[in-house]
Amino acid sequence: MGILEVKNVNKRFGGLQALGDVNLSIAENTVHAIIGPNGAGKSTLLNVLVGKLIPDTGSVMFDGQSVLGRKPFEINQMGISRVFQTPEIFADLTVLENMMIPIFAKRDGSFRMHAIESVDSERSVIEQAEHMLESINMADQRHNHSASMSRGNKRRLEIGMCLAQEPRLLLLDEPTAGMARADTNNTIDLLKQIKDERDITIAIIEHDMHVVFSLAERINVLAQGSPLVEDTPDKIKGHPKVREAYLGESAD
Amino acid sequence: MLGLTRKDAVLLALVMALALLAPFILNPFPVNSGMAQFNAGYPDLMQRFVIFGIFAIGFNILFGLTGYLSFGHAAFLGVGSYAAIWMMKLLTANIIPGILMSIIIAGLFALLVGFISLRRSGIYFSILTLAFAQMSYALAYSVLTPITGGETGLQLKLNDARVLDAALEQGQRARANLFGLDMTASYDLIAGAWQFTFNAGYYIAAICMVLAFYMSIRIFRSPFGLMLRAIKCNNTRMNYTGLNARPYALAAFAISGMYAGLAGGLMVAMDTQVGPERMFWTASGEVVLMTILGGAGTLIGPVLGAGLIKYMENIVSKINSGVLHDWFYWMPDGLEDLVVTLIYPFVGKGWHLTLGIVFMLVVIFLPGGLVEGGQRISRLVRGKRAKPSDQTTPAE
Repeated sequence: MGILEVKNVNKRFGGLQALGDVNLSIAENTVHAIIGPNGAGKSTLLNVLVGKLIPDTGSVMFDGQSVLGRKPFEINQMGISRVFQTPEIFADLTVLENMMIPIFAKRDGSFRMHAIESVDSERSVIEQAEHMLESINMADQRHNHSASMSRGNKRRLEIGMCLAQEPRLLLLDEPTAGMARADTNNTIDLLKQIKDERDITIAIIEHDMHVVFSLAERINVLAQGSPLVEDTPDKIKGHPKVREAYLGESAD
Repeated sequence: MLGLTRKDAVLLALVMALALLAPFILNPFPVNSGMAQFNAGYPDLMQRFVIFGIFAIGFNILFGLTGYLSFGHAAFLGVGSYAAIWMMKLLTANIIPGILMSIIIAGLFALLVGFISLRRSGIYFSILTLAFAQMSYALAYSVLTPITGGETGLQLKLNDARVLDAALEQGQRARANLFGLDMTASYDLIAGAWQFTFNAGYYIAAICMVLAFYMSIRIFRSPFGLMLRAIKCNNTRMNYTGLNARPYALAAFAISGMYAGLAGGLMVAMDTQVGPERMFWTASGEVVLMTILGGAGTLIGPVLGAGLIKYMENIVSKINSGVLHDWFYWMPDGLEDLVVTLIYPFVGKGWHLTLGIVFMLVVIFLPGGLVEGGQRISRLVRGKRAKPSDQTTPAE
């Protein structure tokens, strides 16, 4: 029984079967990659997992509880954090302020608002935020405006903000899309470090095979909305059906 | 000091000094000089400066921090006014219960309107708030005439209950007061050719504005304020950060509604009458202009914007063609007429035209409002080159 169990999920947009009978099981504390050619339904699946889309049929259980019908913030509170394809950070705020938001959110929830005391007096939150920035090697940038950072650093900050929520499952949607090689490698190193240091399950949706084979312990291949194969990276590499559906087409 | 950083404390001290010395600052010209018509230091206008300052400070807590653009804030101002005048009619002409009730009722009404309107964002939110405000106006104008006095509005009357007040003597009128201090009481200081008026009502409203400004600094600097800025900046990330952003936005909406209610209550305290036109949509639009003109999201911007608009409304609008001819009498006749004809559309009744041009110039060249203008000037004075990344940063 994995931490995330997806059973017989179907999602149809008009005439398009975006997801057809998808079954997926992600074991706790593993790194799991979901790959597939464009239009395979990877993003639709991810949006189902975080509550942005509701599937037509099927079930999605996280740690024994259904996520279906819950709002994104509620699923987040259950322990699933999401990293977006384009880094979603608070671009008007400084790096440190960005990092404080999820920590305040975790401490105060939706209703305990602190409107009188100043942010500067919240020593323990600032310390936690700085500690988290240190662990993702961004402590020296804490007072920078996050809008002016490189794509790689925005991604690093976004991953850090997700980790600050202490999630049990971290979902990443093409975390290295649009990145230079150096930034891609830095992101891979960061994810390896997170995997080694924390008890956390990571699920990655990715195009870049270099990233997938550097990180994943299990790989699912989706094609045309349906699961094709699930196996270890070594077996996936040589799998004829996968080559036909995906690797053969995009080999460079 | 007072839980503020040094910079914020300086800002607060500046606002306090401006409010305290307004009768001097706004009356720089001798009474009998030709420039006397630019003096704005008379009680009625000074009161309007600070009351609309409060209104704009509150509006900025919603718009400047969360980015939700309400087009119906005049409704809360109007509801506050009606609440205040009813307290003064039923309980006492002392302004305290009226002002407290105006804040409470406007806050509750804002909770209701915000609860419904915040289900949508962007233009749909703005339209919902506008719809609520226009409904409130229509209700006050006709349907709720027994409560609102309809088109004529409400005034203090001789036969009002005022259960807490002693009976009036023959020939006396009920007057808004603070424990006996009449709101219209003024002291004129005559210094040579100059005259300065110190008005009780103005100083009470000014104290309210300083307190409102102080509260707004605390809110801006608090974790709550940080969360609101995060909502404005990236609602997607906020939704995936494990909290429901709507209660935060609703709290900001209600707080800004309470500020509007306070402004409405003070209006009644200064001038004991209310009419439904106070809730008309142009009044809602005016506070949007004030906030953007001064600098949305900055602390002092809304106060400056409110001051500028009220100054233009009351001073520029008084320049008529006679005044213009007086100014340009030294020109040759033909040229004088030409100059007056060219300027005339922009002053007097045409002051809206000038306001519109100022507003366009500010939005195009100074998106951060007057505050950004001030920052650019101070940077020029210090000889530093403006960094593009700093341009729209709120005053911090």
